[in-house]
Amino acid sequence: MDILTWTYILVGLSFALYIGIAIYTRASSTKEFYTAGGGVSPLANGMATAADWMSAASFISMAGIIAFSGYDGSVYLMGWTGGYVLLALLLAPYLRKFGKFTVPDFVGDRYYSNKARVVAVFCALFISFTYVAGQMRGVGIVFSRYLEVDIETGVLIGMTIVFFYAVMGGMKGITYTQVAQYCVLIFAFMVPAIFISIQLTGNPIPQLGLGGTVQDGTYLLDKLDGILADLGFHQYTAGRKSLTDMFAITLALMVGTAGLPHVIVRFFTVPRVRDARLSAGYALVFIAILYTTAPAVAAFGIYNAIDTVAGQPVDKLPDWVENWQKTNLIVVEDKNNDGLVQYLADPESNELTVDKDIMVLAAPEIAEPPNWVVGLVAAGGMAAALSTAAGLLLVISTSVSRDLFRTFVPTMTEKTELIIARMAAAVAVIIAGYFGINPPGFVAEVVAFAFGLAAASFFPVIIMGIFSTRMNKEGAIAGMISGLVFTLGYIIYFKFIHPEANNMDNWWFGISPEGIGSFGMLINFLACFVVSKFTPDPPEHVQEMIQDIRIPRGAGKAQDH
Amino acid sequence: MENHKQQMKKYWRKNIRTVLILLSIWFLVSFGFGILLAEPLNAIKIGGYKLGFWFAQQGSIFTFVVLIFVYVYKMNKLDEAFDVNEK
Repeated sequence: MDILTWTYILVGLSFALYIGIAIYTRASSTKEFYTAGGGVSPLANGMATAADWMSAASFISMAGIIAFSGYDGSVYLMGWTGGYVLLALLLAPYLRKFGKFTVPDFVGDRYYSNKARVVAVFCALFISFTYVAGQMRGVGIVFSRYLEVDIETGVLIGMTIVFFYAVMGGMKGITYTQVAQYCVLIFAFMVPAIFISIQLTGNPIPQLGLGGTVQDGTYLLDKLDGILADLGFHQYTAGRKSLTDMFAITLALMVGTAGLPHVIVRFFTVPRVRDARLSAGYALVFIAILYTTAPAVAAFGIYNAIDTVAGQPVDKLPDWVENWQKTNLIVVEDKNNDGLVQYLADPESNELTVDKDIMVLAAPEIAEPPNWVVGLVAAGGMAAALSTAAGLLLVISTSVSRDLFRTFVPTMTEKTELIIARMAAAVAVIIAGYFGINPPGFVAEVVAFAFGLAAASFFPVIIMGIFSTRMNKEGAIAGMISGLVFTLGYIIYFKFIHPEANNMDNWWFGISPEGIGSFGMLINFLACFVVSKFTPDPPEHVQEMIQDIRIPRGAGKAQDH
Repeated sequence: MENHKQQMKKYWRKNIRTVLILLSIWFLVSFGFGILLAEPLNAIKIGGYKLGFWFAQQGSIFTFVVLIFVYVYKMNKLDEAFDVNEK
């Protein structure tokens, strides 16, 4: 059977599975809708967190970025895993003990103020919108390749599916669907990786294959360094970004991970505080499997791509190039009319342009494994994008319907709340679709902005809320607003208003828009401190509440207001 | 009651200490070995990997996983010692 048939079969089967689970585990109460009734085991929750967390950016885009930037791509690897250490040690157990439904719930109660709650809602919305936009791009790429349509149509099809999928079930349905999605996506990622690793280095474990040797006996990484240097590129294992920028981006991604509302809410679904800690550990194990394989896929992919295309005759290119040319994500242009493809660092004479986002999808095709393996990758990419998009849409619709409307119109009926939630999800999908068609960067970059915003808005006020009994509402509000406005302003300035000025000479302290969240976080902390020094201490009952969340005993299930 | 408060203060201090120790390892393997010291470490090679590059793309992630499980173990013991564990 050909690739297209296998793709239809495997994507179809996996969709049937998700929908089946979603219907079987439909939420029957609001509590089940928001936190799955608080009865999910740490292992299942860890797996669901991993699927929720690993989006199209992790699955599709990250290995591509690493392939084309080598060592510099490490910021994503360390940033998106190191955040879990912060989450497990500093946030998850305390937020579980606190036991409410959402992050704005925590901010609103801890800072005894509806104003703080509303500011938190807007932060959550900004973060989730940015994040979901990155996902739509990823979904679009998968559809455009396998349905052989252009990327715009791919995004539109993806929008429709994500919308119907996400409004169906609540947290309970999503949790068990995500467990299935994790299994699909990790299988889809590992099978081709192992296949390529054996083919290239003879070692079935990609993590070891990356440090192994290719057929002629030289180490793969050394050989890659050499090939890239010959073509005028930077060495694969050496960095191009400045140390400050590497540091700033990694920090922003780590802290942002710990501040992402759709990840934090996952820890409300386990029964006990100790389960919340353990669950973060399991989640990171499941994530680390993919994250330590991705750099291997990246290096194998770029090595194979250069090997099969560079210097080859233009009219005799391999099938995978022909296939991807249809989507315009690979462009071959014989500029000097010598009939051969020159792949060079110099943009004037380079004749091969590859969209970074396609590397994971193309890598298996380049290595020519059985067709079902290629079809599997498509199913995995869809699983990654859908699970995250669904988690985010849940946060968006919950934020609007529950944290915003319910706070000011407490008499609202459940039915109205549901209608508002669905409308919010619809608006979110449309806005996300727009940015999916006109992306301000690559999938992983767009997603990196969401992390910067999370780092600059939520992380400091949640940390202070737990570890300082003196932090008050004035400090928290000032901190969230200043951190968010600063970071958003910096990103918008360099990405939308003056994209031509987006280079190291103009950046503040050499920090790129991807890394500015760590600076925004410092501003947030500073604003919190200064403002809280000049304003009254929080009331007695709040200080008692803080003492209480520091001790595990007595954590009940997540409570409604 | 006063005694209980003192106990809880002690529990919280020990908790903070555990977290700080683990976070310094977290910082060392990622920001230290993976970024700031990556270039000098790259002079050392393990198999086909340069050490700084290995920490940035593999080693730091393995360490993170271990750190969380050490934390889970330590905290469960601490909770029991101070009798604040969940039954």
